[in-house]
Amino acid sequence: MTTARQRATKLVPLIAAIGVTAFALTGCSAGGSSEGGTTAPDKFSYLSFAENTSIQDTLTALSTGECSAENEALPLDITTQPQASYDQQLQLLAGQDALPVLFASGNTPQVAKDLNTGGKLVDVEQALADLDKSDAIIPAAQSTIDALYDGEQYVLPTEFNVEGIWYNKQLFAENGIEVPTTWDELVAAAEKLNAAGVIPFSADGQDGWPLTRLVGNYIFRDLGPDALQKVADGEAKLTDPEYVKAAEAVADLGAKGYFGPSVTSIDYMTAMNQFLTGQAGMFYMGSWALANFNDPAQNQIGAENVGFIPFPTVEGGAGSADQLAANVGVPLALSKSTYSDDVASWLGCFADNFGSSSLQNQGVITGFKVNTPVEDLPPLTQEVQTQIDATTQSVLWFEALFNAKAATTSQTNASQLVTGAMSPEDFMKAVQADIGN
Amino acid sequence: MLVYTLVMLVPIFWSLGYTVFEGNPIIGFTFVGWDNILQLFTDPKVGDALLFTLKYAIVLTVGQVLVGYGLSLLYVFWLKKASGVIRTLVFFPVVLPTVAVALLFQALFAIAPQIGPVNSLLNFFGADSIDWFASGATAFWVIVIMDIWRSMGFYAVLLYAGLVDIPEEMFESARLDGASGWKLVRHIVIPLSLPVLFSSIIFSINGTLKVFDSVLALTNGGPGNTTTPLTLYMYQTSFTYGEYGYGSSIALMLTILCLLVTLFIFRSSRRDLTKG
Repeated sequence: MTTARQRATKLVPLIAAIGVTAFALTGCSAGGSSEGGTTAPDKFSYLSFAENTSIQDTLTALSTGECSAENEALPLDITTQPQASYDQQLQLLAGQDALPVLFASGNTPQVAKDLNTGGKLVDVEQALADLDKSDAIIPAAQSTIDALYDGEQYVLPTEFNVEGIWYNKQLFAENGIEVPTTWDELVAAAEKLNAAGVIPFSADGQDGWPLTRLVGNYIFRDLGPDALQKVADGEAKLTDPEYVKAAEAVADLGAKGYFGPSVTSIDYMTAMNQFLTGQAGMFYMGSWALANFNDPAQNQIGAENVGFIPFPTVEGGAGSADQLAANVGVPLALSKSTYSDDVASWLGCFADNFGSSSLQNQGVITGFKVNTPVEDLPPLTQEVQTQIDATTQSVLWFEALFNAKAATTSQTNASQLVTGAMSPEDFMKAVQADIGN
Repeated sequence: MLVYTLVMLVPIFWSLGYTVFEGNPIIGFTFVGWDNILQLFTDPKVGDALLFTLKYAIVLTVGQVLVGYGLSLLYVFWLKKASGVIRTLVFFPVVLPTVAVALLFQALFAIAPQIGPVNSLLNFFGADSIDWFASGATAFWVIVIMDIWRSMGFYAVLLYAGLVDIPEEMFESARLDGASGWKLVRHIVIPLSLPVLFSSIIFSINGTLKVFDSVLALTNGGPGNTTTPLTLYMYQTSFTYGEYGYGSSIALMLTILCLLVTLFIFRSSRRDLTKG
C-alpha cells in the first residue's frame, strides 16, 4: 500500500510535466487569425480540386489567350488536391499563412466563411469595384452568393448552376404523362412510370445529396424561400412538424420503390447512366450535367428527348416554382496576403473573359457575364441559359447553410431515409442535433 | 532518444494539449478546459462508434486468430512440407493494398450497377439479392469477411512459427500415451503454443481497435454512421468538421482503450501461464 502511494507520489510531477509540455506545445501553435501584410507573389498559383478540370482548363486557355499579358507578368501555376482531403490542406496552408493566390474555397461555404473571419480573403466586391468591373457578376449569381455568404462577397462564381428535375420526353409521351407542376402531379407521374416498369427517379443514393436536395426543395416550396435560413438562425427546427413533412414526402417516394431497387448502391455515374439510357424517367440534377446530356456518346436517349422541370410547387405552399434552386459550383477565393497589382490585373482579365471562355470551351455556364457572344450553343444549353436569365429569385440547397458535421449527417443518412431504415423524424432529429441551434 | 522524442513524444503531447482547446488553424484555438472530454460522455455518436469498434475488434480478433490457428494446424499436421505453396497463396492478400481489396469486395457483394457473384449465388439458390451496403448490420459482416480474408495469412504464418517450435518428441511421447486428434491439440498443441497465441491476440486486438483504412475504403462509415469506428469519427471530427480539440479527445479515448485492453490481456496471459 505504501509502495503504491509512493509510486503515485512520484507520478504526480511526471503527469504535471506532461500536462505543462502538452499545453505549452499546443499553446505555441494556437495561432488563428493573423493580419499579416501583403507579399507580392512570383506566380499566379491556383489550388484546385483534383476532380474539377473545367476551371483549370479555362484558366489555362485564358493564360495563353486573352490573359497572356497578365500571364507573362505573373505565370499561372496550377496544383491540385483531391476533394476528400482538400479542406484539411486549406487548414494547413492557412495555418502557415501560405495560401495560394487563387484557390477553390473548400467543400462547404463554412470553410470560406472561416477563412474570411480569419482575415485571409480578398474582398472581391471591393476589388472588382476598384477595377471598375462591379457588373462582371450576373445578378442571379450575385443573389446566390449573398444568400450563401451572409451578404458578403469574397468568392468568384466559376459556375452558375440551376437545379431541377430533368425528364425523358419520350417516356412521358409514351405513358401519357403531362409535365408535372405540383408535387401531387409529380407523384402521379412517378406512379405511372413505375407501373410501366420504368424507374421513376434515378438517384445517387451513395452520395446522398441528390436525395436531400428533394427534401430541401420541398421545404422551400412548402414553407417559402427563407425556411432554411430560419433553421440556420435558430428560429425554427428541422424537427418541427412542417419540416418533418418534407422528409416524410421524400421517404414516401422511397417506400413506394420510386428510386428503383438498391438506391444505396447507386453512385453518381450509375444514376446518370440510368437516365441517359432510358431506364429512368426523371433525374434531379444541376445544370452542370449539360455536358453529359449534350454528349452523344453518353446520352443514348438523345439531347432532344431531355426536358427540364423546375421543382414543382406544393399545394397551399408559400414557395413558387420560379424560385429555382441554384449554386455557384466551386467558388474561388483570393488570398489577401498575396494580393498585388499583378494579381489585380489577372482578376480584371478573369472578370472580363472567364464567362465566355468557359461557355465556349467547356460548355459550362458561369456566374460571370458572357462578354463575347458564343455561337452554336446546343439547344438544351440555350434553354437553360434562358431559364437562368429569367430567374429573379433563387433558393439554396438543403445543407447550404449547415455546418460540415450536419451536412455530412444529412447526406450519409439520406439513403436510409428512402429505404425506410431511418424514420423521417429520426433523420431530421439527427441533422438538427448536429446543427446545434 | 532525440529522434524518438521528436517523432513520437512531441506529437503525442501536442495532441494531448489540443484536448483542452477548440478550433482549427483557420479560425484559431480557444481554451475550453474539460469541455471536450465531457462532450465524449454526451455525444451519442461516440457511443455508437465505441460500440462498433468493440464489436468489430472482438469479432475480428476471434475470427482472425481462429482461422489463422486453424490454417497453421493444417500447415503443420496435414500439409507438412507441402504447405509452402498454400502458405504463400493464403499470405498473398496481406500484401495487397487495402483500397484494391475493398474495391474487390464491393464488386463481390454488389447489387448495382451489376449484380455481384455473392448475390448471383444467392439467386442461383432461389434467394433474393441483398443490398449488403444498405444497412449497417449486413455491411458489418462484409467488412469482417474482407478483413479476415485479408489478414488470415499473416496470423497463420505467425502461429505456424510458434507451432513448428514445439519439439517433435513431445508429440511422439503423447502419441505413445495414446493421444491423437483433438486430444493431442487440446493437451499438447494449445498449451505449448499459448505464448504465441497471446501475442497474436494482442496484435489482433490492437490492430482491430484502430481499424481505419478498410472501413474508409469499403463503406466510408456508412450508411449513416452505422459502420463508423472511433478512428474514422476522430478523423472526420478533426479534418472534415475542423474540430481539432474534440478530435484529439476522441484520440485520447482510443489510446486509453488500447492501453486498458492490452493490460487486461497481459494480466490474463500471466495468470493462465502460471496455472498451466
